[in-house]
Amino acid sequence: MDKMPKWADVLLIPFINLLLAFILSGLVILAIGKDPLVAIKTMVEGSFGSTNAWGYTLYYATNYIFTGLAVAIAFHARMFNIGGEGQAAIGGLGVALVCLAVDWPHWTLALPAATIGAAIFGAGWALIPAYLQARRGSHIVITTIMFNFISAALMGYLLVNALKEPGNMAAETRDFPAGAHLPSFHEMLAPFGIEFSKHAPANISFLLALLCCFLFWVLIWRTRLGFAIRSFGHSETAARYAGISPTKIIMISMMISGALAGLMAINNVMGESERLILNSVEGAGFIGIAVALMGRSHPVGVFLAALLFGFLTQGGAELQLWENIPRELVVVIQALVILFTGALDNMVRAPVERLFLKFKKRVA
Amino acid sequence: MQDAPQLGRQNTAAPAIELRGISKAFGPVQANKDISISVERGAIHGIVGENGAGKSTLMSILYGFYKADAGEIFIGGERTAIPDSQAAISAGIGMVHQHFKLVENFTVLENVVLGAEDGALLRPSLAKARKLLTELAKEYELNVDPDALIENLSVGHQQRVEILKALYRHADILILDEPTGVLTPAEADHLFRILRNLKNEGKTIILITHKLREIMDVTDTVSVMRRGEMKGTIKTADTSPEDLAERMVGRKVLLQVDKTPAKPGKSVLEVKDLRVTDSKGVVRLKGISFDVRAGEILGIAGVSGNGQSELLEVLGGFETATGDIHINGHPIDLTGKFSDGQSRRAQGIAHVPEDRQREGLIMDFMAWENIAFGYHNDPAYNKNVLLMDNAAIRADTEGKMERFDVRPPNPRLQAKNFSGGNQQKIVLAREIERNPDLLLVGQPTRGVDIGAIEFIHQQIVALRDQGKAILLVSVELEEIMSLSDRIAVMFDGQIMGERLPGETDEKELGLLMAGMNGKAA
Repeated sequence: MDKMPKWADVLLIPFINLLLAFILSGLVILAIGKDPLVAIKTMVEGSFGSTNAWGYTLYYATNYIFTGLAVAIAFHARMFNIGGEGQAAIGGLGVALVCLAVDWPHWTLALPAATIGAAIFGAGWALIPAYLQARRGSHIVITTIMFNFISAALMGYLLVNALKEPGNMAAETRDFPAGAHLPSFHEMLAPFGIEFSKHAPANISFLLALLCCFLFWVLIWRTRLGFAIRSFGHSETAARYAGISPTKIIMISMMISGALAGLMAINNVMGESERLILNSVEGAGFIGIAVALMGRSHPVGVFLAALLFGFLTQGGAELQLWENIPRELVVVIQALVILFTGALDNMVRAPVERLFLKFKKRVA
Repeated sequence: MQDAPQLGRQNTAAPAIELRGISKAFGPVQANKDISISVERGAIHGIVGENGAGKSTLMSILYGFYKADAGEIFIGGERTAIPDSQAAISAGIGMVHQHFKLVENFTVLENVVLGAEDGALLRPSLAKARKLLTELAKEYELNVDPDALIENLSVGHQQRVEILKALYRHADILILDEPTGVLTPAEADHLFRILRNLKNEGKTIILITHKLREIMDVTDTVSVMRRGEMKGTIKTADTSPEDLAERMVGRKVLLQVDKTPAKPGKSVLEVKDLRVTDSKGVVRLKGISFDVRAGEILGIAGVSGNGQSELLEVLGGFETATGDIHINGHPIDLTGKFSDGQSRRAQGIAHVPEDRQREGLIMDFMAWENIAFGYHNDPAYNKNVLLMDNAAIRADTEGKMERFDVRPPNPRLQAKNFSGGNQQKIVLAREIERNPDLLLVGQPTRGVDIGAIEFIHQQIVALRDQGKAILLVSVELEEIMSLSDRIAVMFDGQIMGERLPGETDEKELGLLMAGMNGKAA
């Protein structure tokens, strides 16, 4: 009734937010004596200008879809899962153990097994904070952050002391067997006559991520569990009245969240590095928070936001490489995007809303 | 403009407050439309109207919370701008909000002085306030212990502190927003005595309420608002509750519930020695016993916070207790280990909770989602083990909305976009159409407009006439008196006594509600 149309809400406002973020970023680039127009051109070309560029952008986006969905499902239960980083790392452990356990004959067998391994390990890592929240009231934000540190220490220990191949100088596992190699975009698209860059890391996990987006939507908006999760997320007192157990919902939603974060390892560990290395997650768990916020916890939004952050990551790397713009500044640009789309959302929303209402009144 | 009241002719002095042509819109919603009133000095002026009629908006403009889009305010004949509440206070306006704005762990004195200290040091202000409080206590029956902590005071006393705060700031005009909502009848009577004393001292009082009886009892003049418009100001002596209700709603309203005598059948709910201790270790229910039979309405009267909420929560399956409850002769689990809201529903208990916005509905959910809420496991609402049948729920919702006259009948509208009365109808439709053996109803008409109250009461009585047992909890004594077939009064976690509505009166119930049992001690 007294609202602006939905398209403005979901498209126009994020667009204005982004524009503002980029304008401010441009000023920052200007301030260090570089040309913002050249910078933006470098970023766009570097992330969309070739199949190689696309391959990297989509590879990063795949990571962010998984971690974004992970944060989003927790959001629906009003849980703030900051532990995506740790859950993805432990998910990587699951993937590595599965891939190294058997000399896999073909990826079609390795992928489902690794998927289950990643999901179980990720969910397991989220289970302990979830239990502490549900039963002991320990705040999920605190415990998941602490579990990020614990996972980092644990992975370091395991890679150095247990999983490292003797004689190897680096703290990493041996390479996964050839049968665990996932098809890259190059291999997937070749039968269709499409020439995709050989070196780009994008792989079949992208399709897995899209499948997860769809299943996420079904779960949240079409199943009883999703109904219960949303009910609990909107009002705990109402959920208790309806006979929805808070403990159950916290545990289940956090485990799904952890599993989704863990699945990221299919992309980066199994799909890209094909061995487990230290710090394989590279902050994707945290970016997932921004992706979920910007995507409004909706799978379509998460997908689009993940693409955006994929672009920022890949474009940022290009900036560093070609324009000699320091990496820290790229982080500043990312931060500005997060600031404008997440935190300062209302700054743009209120005036736009007023504008719409005024316009509507005049028409009416 | 033209319907500006013409009451002050005999008076030479300027009115205490005059509002001229006040308008205020929130977006496309016109909350106040060209409102003019004037209130004489030393009068008690009532403002009545349904929820959303614009009473609170008008008072918020007067107290500087909102800025009017158009119109002027005159205080004592002088045009005054009130951009914020500081300006309102210095213009001599004091406000007692519906929800008190007191610091719980401060003493009465500290609360009175808070924000009106004379200097950096507290001691002189506190001494001054102490002296004033003693004077006021004598003058107006406004006695409160100045050194008591707010959290240890009864609500009635807390409200006095709010009045004292206003008087300490030299208020000449006192606005009270729904002041009796949380009071026992005796406390309310005391409040009205205070108000009359204040009036005799020349203070002007504006009373916002939806209780017509209070308007009749205490005010000199009354203004009626409907849909943001002022529907006229009348001398209280020249009107009646029926007349006021008609002006508020815009049509004739039945204030009395139309019902035949109950024909109680077998016992449906039996409660024995029910005890509840909350998470802080406070004993909320101290061993209560009662029963409700098929085809009757048992009304539980009492000031809120005397254990009624806990009783409903235990029966609804989301609070644990000890004791014995039987439904249709079958015991139900009270430990919470084998039961929850779902199992209670399966046992034939439907529950219209006290707080529909926090418990009964999810405000961000659409109407159809709220119709499924609590019954989302119902096979009729599910296609298979995995997927819900949203289309079926929407179809069911359409029927329910039509039968319960929910307006607008749009299943895809979010609950928060319905008025209080229509929200309550959604909850009622959901619970009553489950055909329960026992219906728990908490505060069925709180925040509901008069027109909808009539409908809701009819629905409850109709369910009773189908031979269902109904447990009604309400803090509105009038509602209890008119709906119940039997009345139990709760105080401090105990049932003080049971009465038949025909054989008791508000005075006796009021005493029971205050913990005074005529028979004992």
